[in-house]
Parts: sequence; C-alpha cells; structure tokens
Amino acid sequence: MHMSKAHINRRKLTGAVASIGFLAAACGNSASTAKSAGSTTGSTSATTASAAQASSSGPIDLSVWTAFNGVLGTAFNHLVDEFNASQSTYHVTAAYKGSYSQVLSDTIAAFRAHAAPDITQIFDAGTATIMDASGTYVPVYKLMAQNNIPFSTSDFVGGAASYYETSSDQLDSLPFNSSTPVLFYNKTELANAGITSPPSTWTQLQADANILASHGQKCSLTSSGAYVMWTDMEQFAVWNGYPYASNDNGYTATKGVTLQIDTAPFISHLSMLGQMASKGQYIWNGVSTSTVPLFTNGTCAMYEQSSADLTTIQAGAKFPFGVSELPVVAGDSAAPQNTVVGGASLWVMSGAPSNTYPGDAKFLAFLKSASSQAFWASNTGYVPVTKAGATLLSSQNFYATHPNDQVAVSELDNKTPTPTTRGIRLGYLPEVRQVEASAIADILSGKQTAAAALATAQSKGDAILAQFASQYGG
Amino acid sequence: MARNAAKDRRRGAGAVYPHRVLPFAFMLPELAVVAVFFLWPSGQAVVESVRESNAFGLGSRFSGLANFRAALSGGYLQALEVTALFTIVTTVVSLALSLFIAVQVEQTGRFKSVYRTLFIWSYAVPGAVAGAIWLFLFEPRIGPAARLLGALGVNWNFALSGTQAFILISAMTIWQQTAYDFVFFSAGLQGIPLDVVEAATVDGAGAVRRFWRIVFPLLGPTTVFVVVMDVLAALFGSFAVIDVVSQGGPGGSTTTLVYALYRDGFQNGDVGLAGAETVLLFVIAGILLAVQFRVINRRVHYS
Repeated sequence: MHMSKAHINRRKLTGAVASIGFLAAACGNSASTAKSAGSTTGSTSATTASAAQASSSGPIDLSVWTAFNGVLGTAFNHLVDEFNASQSTYHVTAAYKGSYSQVLSDTIAAFRAHAAPDITQIFDAGTATIMDASGTYVPVYKLMAQNNIPFSTSDFVGGAASYYETSSDQLDSLPFNSSTPVLFYNKTELANAGITSPPSTWTQLQADANILASHGQKCSLTSSGAYVMWTDMEQFAVWNGYPYASNDNGYTATKGVTLQIDTAPFISHLSMLGQMASKGQYIWNGVSTSTVPLFTNGTCAMYEQSSADLTTIQAGAKFPFGVSELPVVAGDSAAPQNTVVGGASLWVMSGAPSNTYPGDAKFLAFLKSASSQAFWASNTGYVPVTKAGATLLSSQNFYATHPNDQVAVSELDNKTPTPTTRGIRLGYLPEVRQVEASAIADILSGKQTAAAALATAQSKGDAILAQFASQYGG
Repeated sequence: MARNAAKDRRRGAGAVYPHRVLPFAFMLPELAVVAVFFLWPSGQAVVESVRESNAFGLGSRFSGLANFRAALSGGYLQALEVTALFTIVTTVVSLALSLFIAVQVEQTGRFKSVYRTLFIWSYAVPGAVAGAIWLFLFEPRIGPAARLLGALGVNWNFALSGTQAFILISAMTIWQQTAYDFVFFSAGLQGIPLDVVEAATVDGAGAVRRFWRIVFPLLGPTTVFVVVMDVLAALFGSFAVIDVVSQGGPGGSTTTLVYALYRDGFQNGDVGLAGAETVLLFVIAGILLAVQFRVINRRVHYS
C-alpha cells in the first residue's frame, strides 16, 4: 500500500506528459531507453531508476496494466486481492487502461518514457510486436528459472502454448486470458422458425437465414464488433484449415512474409457475408460499435463472438440461448480443424528495480496455479490455459453443468494444430486488422466486391509486414 | 509612444525595467512552455523522421528519407485529399452560415442577447463531449436522428459508409466552428459605424448592396481572422471529434492528416513514419498560412 510518493509522482508526471505532448513522450530519448533496457535484459540486475522504491519500508508495489473491465475486471481484481492477502512482501495494483490496443500503445509510450508498468497485458495480435523487440521485456521462462519456480511450456494446454511459444518452444510471456470464437444462438427465434439445431456449415446458415427471414426474423447473424477480422478471417482460416499468411502464418520468418487473404476461401466467405448484409440478414456496424446488443436485444438470431463474452451475454439476454461450434465451409474435408486462442498474455517489462522481479514471478505463478485458473475460467467465458487448471475444473464437474463453456475447449482441442493452424504471428497485426476492417466495411456496404477489397487489403497488409520486417529485422 | 520606447531601448538602460535581465526573467515561463511543448517535441519529430526503430524505440538507426517515401506512398495521400476537402467544406460553410446568422441576429430587437447566447452555446461544448452527443444521436439503427433518417428513406450507417461518415464529421465541425465564427462576426458588426450605413441608405442603396459594398468590406479583418482560425481548426482541432465518432474510418474516409499521424505514431507505434508525417504537416500548414496572410491581407483594409 505504501507506494513511495516519489515513485508515484514520477509515473504520474510522465503519464501526463505522454498524453499531453503529442510527440513529446512517444519520441522520448530512444538511445538511453535502449541502454537502460539492455542492462536488465535476461537478468534482474539493479537499475537506479527508482531507488526511492527500494528504500521504502512497506510492501513492494507491482503495477499491472490490463484491458479488463466490467465482469472481467471484477474477476481479475478478485485474483489480485487474493494474491495480496496471501503474502505481505508485494502489493499488486491492477489498472484498467482501456482496449487491448490502448494497453499496447500505452505500454509502448510508457516504456519510451521510462515509466512502464511491471507487468502488462498484450493481446494476441500484439504478440509479435513485443516479442521481436527483445530488450523491452524479461522472458517469463527465464524469470521463473531465476526464481526457482517450476515452469514449463508443457504445463499449458496445447492451443495456448502453441500460439504464444517462441521458435525454441519457450514462453516469453504467461498465456493468460484465452478464449476462442463460438456461435451463440437465440433458442426462441430458431424454435419459432422451426430450426431444430444450429447450423454446422455456412451453406446451412444461409438456408437458415432465409427461413428465419420468412418467419419475420430479418437479421440472422452478427459478428464481433471490434474483432470481426478475428472471427471471420483469422479464426475462419484456422478452423477451416486455410493458410492466412506465408511462412506458416509468420511463425517461421519475419522477413518476406506475405498475407494470403486475397484467395478464394476468404473472397467467397466475405462475399457471402456481403450478400447477407445487402438483405439485412447480417449486420456489422464498424469496429467501434459493439454488436453485443444486437444479439441480446433479439435483433439478430445468431452471433459469432468470443467465448469470453459468455458472461456478458448471460447478463444481457432475456431469452434462452445456446452455444455451438462455428460453422465450417461445406465440402471442405479438412474442416473443422481447430480454432486458436485469442485474448492476451502477460509480459514482464524490463527496466524496473531488481527487487520487483521476484514479486512478478510470484504473482505470475499464482495466476498460473490450478485454483486461479479454475476460478478465472468458471467466472468468465475464458478457458483454463494450464492442464492442471483444466483437470481441476473437470474434477469439479464444471463442464457437465456448464455445457456452454465446453464448446470453446472442444474447438481448441478438435484436432492437433497443423503448422498453418497453430496461430498467426505477424508483426503489426493490429494494423493489418485495421486494413481488413476497412475492406470488410467496403464489402458490407456494397462499395467494393470482396475480390477487389481483399486485393487492396492484401497489398496494404503486405506493405505493413514489410515495414515491420525492416524495422525489426536489423 | 513607440518612438519613445525605441529611444529608451537605444539608451540601453530602459525606462521601465532597471535591469537588462529582468525582462527576460518575466519572459522565462512563456519561453519555457514554448521550448518544452513546441520546440523540443518538434525537434524530436524532425530527428525521428529520418530514423527507423521498432515500436519500443530500440534499434534506432538512420534511414534517410525512407519514412518520407513510406508516408507519401501509403494512406497519406488519401489523408491529404480528405483533409483538403474537409478544410474547404467546413471553412466555407461555417463562414457563410455564421455571417448570415450574425447579420440576422444583429437586426433583431429585444431578444438579441438571448439569440447570441444560444448561437454561441455549441462552441462551449468540448469536442469529445460534442462527439459523444452526436454519436448518441446518429448511432446507426439506434440513435434518434439515425431513425429519423431511416424513416425518411436514407440508409443511414456512417459506420460502413465513408461518405456519410465524412458528412457527419463535417457537420459536427461546422456546428462548433459556426458558433466560434459567430462571436467574431457579431463583434465585428457592432464595430461598423452606423453613419456610413445610413449615408448609403440615404443614397438609395438596398439592403443587399449595403451589405456587400459596405458591411462585408468593413468586416475584412474579422473575416481574415475567422478564415485562419477555421483552417487551423480543420487541420488540427478536428481530432477529438474524429476520434470519438469514427476513428478515421470507414476505409480512411475521415482520416485527416492529424488523425493519420496519431494512428501511425501512437496506435501503430511507428514513430519514424509519424515524425515524417509531422514534418510534412508542418510544411503544409506553414505554406497555407503564409499564402493566406499574403493574398488576403492585400485585399483587406484595416482602418
């Protein structure tokens, strides 16, 4: 609790400068950042950054930045409180920093201003951006080894480990909140239209959409607002077994990687959504508009959304709803393959006082424990990321009583991931997603055909990947 | 007065301040603000514009004009186009609308001050708040204004239609900027000598002729000021509204130069590219203002 005042003020002040001065904070003094970060890479040697903190008498403060608010914030704060109550050497303070992208950009700005948090949450798409910037973080597997805490990649469930591990099968960050998209469906509306089970293929979904429309349910489908490119491009690719980018979706190279979204599967999927949109059967209102209300207020009968939103939907929907696996492309023999985790992992930032690192290790070990994982998964729609957590949940008969939570786990474990379905590891992927969102908006508004929009997105995306390769390559 | 002051300066000691250093001490806070919030960041932007590094600022190295080439080959040209159209539309409409309203209000009798307050009101709303209110009104399918448009047969969805998003952002900016311009035109109209206008009336000039031949030319200095402020508002001040309502989308249709700069530098962490875009924006704004002052000043009479 007794965070030293000098420490608080320094962070507040730099934070203020970061938000006021447009380029002031972002430009920072890169040369000295590199130096101070480099000195702590892979070790926990002391820096003089905050001697004040070390000399304070109370518990050592650890800051964690996350994108958890609402139900998720409550669940995460519960874990933080439990950790703080369990010991007195460290005190963790979790701060909600906005959306995933905001946490990433705030972390970057703070790091450049020498005011990075101790631990930060970086979302799936930001993984390559930080992972390839070695020197900015202390790899978690090394941190655990230095603090004699047992930690192995094999402790984690396959999907979570394969998404985040390095080329040498190590985990630089702690996989934490992991979810995968599922299909939510309004049981009342489907029953009214005489549809007995949710569609398992996209062809079937289109047929069902026509039936629903003839029963007065105009909109049959909506997708995640902010992450439609995650549900309908990235996860669509792995679930049906299509490559998303060259070099095994970027896992085996940084230079020369190109997207493969200007291809038949993506073109036909998005033009199908475009056709449905023109009839009002599919609605998506841009990345900044949440689509949750469209499902919970009954506007759309089905919803492709992250399993993490299960609790939010439960709280909002006034009708019985079910959860089923995402539809597959009809006639695709490889489908369904597997979905991959979305969500985020926790990174330990370099440049902090050396006495904070053992605390970071302890806190992460606490989050990884079976009981924390079981609590987290059962109070949110996330899946447990460790095998021990999954076993504990099963032994508590959780999935038997919560079939809706089971679907995400089944999708992730459906088949052993192939090299092209283990995940997507592309630098500046958040930027690529912006480009894809523009293409999707153009397709759904009828401004461009899917083929034309994806061709543009492909060339813009490839330019972004080339920019990343040039900035990180050498 | 001015001559005396100049003489004092030449004498060295100065009549007002007994010491040479003191005036500079008084200027120090202002100079410090300029240095910290303008000179230093601008200098950094220039330095970063010719360097390339990863998002966290590590591995920084000299990259020549690569960032400028990247800026001019990417979405920046579209942003330039959007900004040009946005600046012209918002400036012209705000100017015409505010002048018209100011003239009308000036002619009303009893409720003049009430009208004035009402028309100035919208400028008192901060950009982010205005954005939130308009977003609430025009939210596709949900907002009251959006439903009204829907009832009129307009397929309103600015989240997908670039044209609609551009119209919405322009309308909001005009809504705010008109109020601002109105303040200055109102003040300007009150400064116009009544005897000149009356003389013209006696000579048989009609209302329209009186306005264009007497009132408008006498408002010249005010108009120059208002145009400059409107252009600056369009170039730099539109950020909050865009960030709240459309985040530059859909498809870059509301990405102005400033918004592109924010997106590339802050969201995407490409500081080198953002630095190059900053330098380009500096140059563009500088040229624009220099041209405005030279061309327009020649036609304006300060009395």
